Amino acid sequence: MSIETRRRLTPYLLLLPGGLWLALFYLAPLWTLLKVSLSSRQGRFSMDYLLTWDVANYQVALTEFGPQFGRAFLYGGLATVLALAIGYPLAYVIAFRGGKYRSLLLGLVVVPLFTSYLIRTIAWSSILADNGPVVGLVSWLGLGGLLESLWITDQGRLLNTPAAVVGGLTYNFLPFMVLPIYVSLERIDGALVDAANDLYCSALAAFRKVVLPLSLPGVFAGSLLTFIPAAGDFINAQFLGSPATTMIGNSIQDQFLRQNNLSVASAMAFVLMFVMIVLVLVYSRRFGTDDLA
Amino acid sequence: MVAVREAHLSIGGGEFFALLGPSGCGKTTLLKMIAGFERPSRGRVLLDGVDVSDVPPWKRNVNTVFQQYALFPHLSVADNVAFGPRSRKLPAAEIDQRVSDALDIVRMGELAARRPSHLSGGQQQRVALARALVNLPRALLLDEPMAALDLKLREAMQLELKRIQRDVGITFLLVTHDQGEALTMADRIAVMNHGVVEQVGTPEQIYQRPASLFVAGFIGSANLLPGTVVDRDGEDAVVQLCAGARVRAAGGSHVGVTEPCTVMLRPERLRAVADPPADGRCVAATITQVVFQGASSRLEAVLADGASVVTQIESHHRPAFLQPGQPVWIAWEPGAAFLLAGWPAIAGTSGDVGRVEAPR
Repeated sequence: MSIETRRRLTPYLLLLPGGLWLALFYLAPLWTLLKVSLSSRQGRFSMDYLLTWDVANYQVALTEFGPQFGRAFLYGGLATVLALAIGYPLAYVIAFRGGKYRSLLLGLVVVPLFTSYLIRTIAWSSILADNGPVVGLVSWLGLGGLLESLWITDQGRLLNTPAAVVGGLTYNFLPFMVLPIYVSLERIDGALVDAANDLYCSALAAFRKVVLPLSLPGVFAGSLLTFIPAAGDFINAQFLGSPATTMIGNSIQDQFLRQNNLSVASAMAFVLMFVMIVLVLVYSRRFGTDDLA
Repeated sequence: MVAVREAHLSIGGGEFFALLGPSGCGKTTLLKMIAGFERPSRGRVLLDGVDVSDVPPWKRNVNTVFQQYALFPHLSVADNVAFGPRSRKLPAAEIDQRVSDALDIVRMGELAARRPSHLSGGQQQRVALARALVNLPRALLLDEPMAALDLKLREAMQLELKRIQRDVGITFLLVTHDQGEALTMADRIAVMNHGVVEQVGTPEQIYQRPASLFVAGFIGSANLLPGTVVDRDGEDAVVQLCAGARVRAAGGSHVGVTEPCTVMLRPERLRAVADPPADGRCVAATITQVVFQGASSRLEAVLADGASVVTQIESHHRPAFLQPGQPVWIAWEPGAAFLLAGWPAIAGTSGDVGRVEAPR
């Protein structure tokens, strides 16, 4: 083989393992999922599906699960906004004020990921429980009325409320917001802030006109990394929520594992995927910052 | 740690002033104090007679051209230049006018829509200059502005900077470790070492009449011959060189009789001759090597005490006796020998800049 041919083939050879993996474990199941979503079940308790190209499953998915879809995007969106509000200042302090503790602080952000996602969420259910520390603290501080009027607690309870679900989602996906923002902030040359100060910008104006715009790619990546898994999540709603707070992930899980209605479940999965892709495209059109250096 | 120990400077309006010194001498810290990024622990910074020591950088009417330019990567060239005027909330029409004027001065008008990442190093420097000039500051501070450019471009930009400074008439304060740059551009130079300003003067004063051994060695190359003052004769001092000869040198009026001193001889003012001139302004030496360098050749010789002396001779006119191992007389014209206090750290070394500080 000549060097020229080898050079041309190398990129494809490098792509081969990943490509095979994707084809085998992503595209093939996706294709099966699509087929199942367009099949109909042969009888109420049957496990046989016949490909009928029937879109009835999609009608069911779209008409019967409106609230669950709505909550998925609402809770996922709220969790993203909260994670951004908590994560941006955190990333900022680590990047610009962390000094020699930078790596340590960054490590602390990631440390929770060493414990199983499920375990952490179940731990939250005992933290937020009626006789748990948070409820106790709230009543000791006399903030019960305030939280009630902010729709955070429901008749003094924190667990099994929408706030608990959103809180759990925020907590669980916070590292995925912090890390990309940190990376984009850390790359900003400190001399740029000096330059802005030199050009008549106070500290706040320099942040608004220089640091914030330059960190938007991180904000963009972090929001997607938070929103996409949060909106599709079912663990938090299951352990921290109530039947009134189920998200679309819970419904899909229910249809798959309890109702054994694979067709409807597949159709719901496709609807979720479609809406998600549309949202991401709109978001990247609006905030996509690929022209940044 | 003390970065700047002592610096008493006053810089006149419209002057091109250079702060020159090796890295770590405190020149950049001094610049940052003037820009407002550092606060002096003692002393004051006056701008137009007003004490600005406690004024933050965004309220000082001085602007900086940063070492790596620090252009805003998310803004176009025009928006970078408009950044200062917009922060000051000037009327839009005036901003446009000023921006196009500033870009014209640095000849970057055609590339106004580009992003900084699509510019060459020299173009980025021009934009950084325009971004500072557009604010019509009372003083423009330039922090090693040539450090990121290659040699050819650096020389072209030195002349260009000088032209721009003449055109706009703004006070320029240049920080550099490159003595050639300072000599080429500046009206006056302050030479700094270890946080202290050692000498302030015109390029010529600093080159011909250095105030200290450090300045003599740092600016240009110099033969530094240690000796002792034995007598005073009017303006001149009579010096007994460690190499044996007794010579006359100008300057150094503060060096008393019997005190250790150093005679500075610039290589270009030395001649290599076969016979000692009648006026006695010479030392005996032995040639060690002659290196061809194009128009001139570098002649190195060693004195009786082992000190080496360097001189330049014309390549096309090289007498036959100038061969390694041959005896030679190193002679100079009246006024070429200049007296400095103290002895060089390594006696008899020629103070080439390369040995005082390797370029960064």
